[in-house]
Amino acid sequence: MARRVAIIGTGQTHHRSQRRDVNGREMIHEAVQRALADCELTMRDIDAVVIGNMDHFEAINSVDTWSVEGSGGVMKPIMKVTTGGTTGTSVAIAAYYHVASGMFDKVLAIGWEKNSESDTTGAIVTCSDPIWDRYSYSGAIPSLATEASAYMEKYGATQRDAARVALRERTHAQNNPYAHMHGRPLTLDEILDSPMLAYPIKLGDICPRTDGAAAVVFAAEDVAEKLAPRPAWIKATAVRHTYSWFGDVDQRTGLESLERAAREAYAAAGIKNPAEDFDVAELYLPYSYAGLKWIESLGFCGPGQGPQFIWDGHTDMGGKIPVNPSGGVMSTNCIGATALLRVAEAAIQVMGKGGARQVPDVKTALATGFGGCWWSDVVILGKEKPA
Amino acid sequence: MSDWRDEVEALTLKGQIKMPYTWSVGETGSRFLVALRDEQKILANRCPLCGTVYVPPRKNCGTCFADIGTDDWLEVGPEGVVTAFTIIHQAHPLQPLATPFAYAIIQLDGADVGFVHILKDGWDRLKNGVRVRAKFGIERNGRILDIDGFEILT
Ligand SMILES: [Zn+2]
Repeated sequence: MARRVAIIGTGQTHHRSQRRDVNGREMIHEAVQRALADCELTMRDIDAVVIGNMDHFEAINSVDTWSVEGSGGVMKPIMKVTTGGTTGTSVAIAAYYHVASGMFDKVLAIGWEKNSESDTTGAIVTCSDPIWDRYSYSGAIPSLATEASAYMEKYGATQRDAARVALRERTHAQNNPYAHMHGRPLTLDEILDSPMLAYPIKLGDICPRTDGAAAVVFAAEDVAEKLAPRPAWIKATAVRHTYSWFGDVDQRTGLESLERAAREAYAAAGIKNPAEDFDVAELYLPYSYAGLKWIESLGFCGPGQGPQFIWDGHTDMGGKIPVNPSGGVMSTNCIGATALLRVAEAAIQVMGKGGARQVPDVKTALATGFGGCWWSDVVILGKEKPA
Repeated sequence: MSDWRDEVEALTLKGQIKMPYTWSVGETGSRFLVALRDEQKILANRCPLCGTVYVPPRKNCGTCFADIGTDDWLEVGPEGVVTAFTIIHQAHPLQPLATPFAYAIIQLDGADVGFVHILKDGWDRLKNGVRVRAKFGIERNGRILDIDGFEILT
């Protein structure tokens, strides 16, 4: 029987397009120190470390070893977990497994990226199969753009609908001092007038490239309650990786991996009506159209109802289910940290530490990860200790 | 008190890794690529359990985890239907063509999964549901780009 586990501390850097003042190891250290400070622990108290980032982005292979000075992993059990865009939820879920297993009481999960150090497209195409997909379908933006065009055609969604999602993310980011896009608001017209990258995706529809790191401390039930006044309990996690062939994904349907992961996690956490049962969601939405379609896959609304749900303001601060109070992925994208930031921000909401971005009285929070060839992870956090 | 960090020049160092690789295609994929190269045919194979027709062909079905036999092969295409697409406006050296061009997911006639490839022109007629046909390159070397691209029909 798995032990109950809670998040007791989170830390993140002030995310920027380029952090020339620190190298990757030093940047990791910043996030770790902030996470330890958040739960008033020192590195001595940590039993094990799980760390991850994107393969090839910094051309550093043995990141687990290379980073120990900054991660605190010197002479401790440490392992690297890397699963593309879902890396951040993978390190979180792996840290959760570590503690739930009963083998470790306090485990540190770290995600980081120095996106400024390489060519993101050049690095990211190495996720595509070199024989079949890499040279006939390369890059992150094109594969997202095909999904968007299929969704628009099926439901009559427009570029303006997508821009409304982008506007929400950028507006929320102004409440988050850590966000890369903090202090850089955009208007709907500015998003709509931004240059076309891959039809229908414009510059204003897509995530930025960010330097940043995040760290989260997971603790076993007896320890968590002693160390944190209001820990964020893990109520459920689910991982669904579907295909590695881009052609195998049917873009005319919902995001199947997310539908399946959500179904499993909702059942485990007793979520029946997600738009009512969740008080807040931190979703891995790498581009604006995902904010229309994937909330349908998560069951916030029915198929094709995403645009109306967004325009009605249900996902804005003060709405029925505020999505991405942090500003989300479109406001901060240090890729290996990105999905861990979703978990960290969901935990921050449950712990009531969100400051200007805090949603009042959060009892249950949803976090997701997305990556690779249409893979999804789901993490559900709650204020109440699971039964 | 002055802080040296306010004065110091924060350096970055340039580097590049350019690594040649030799990837094994495997017998199953090789049969497909050889047929593209030598016969200008698009081969597929069918999972004996779930019946899914895969193109490019697979040694085993990922969903059923069943081996696909040597007799489960068939020819698909060369025509099909676009199920999703994007038109690329931002250039990148890794892309197969100068912009603009289109990537499309094409459901080849007789296949159950999409086939990712490129369209070089005809944007004004490109939409989901449009019929396309594979156009083979003149010089073919056993690569997925031995199909030069797909052309919009009618
Ligand atoms: Zn099968």
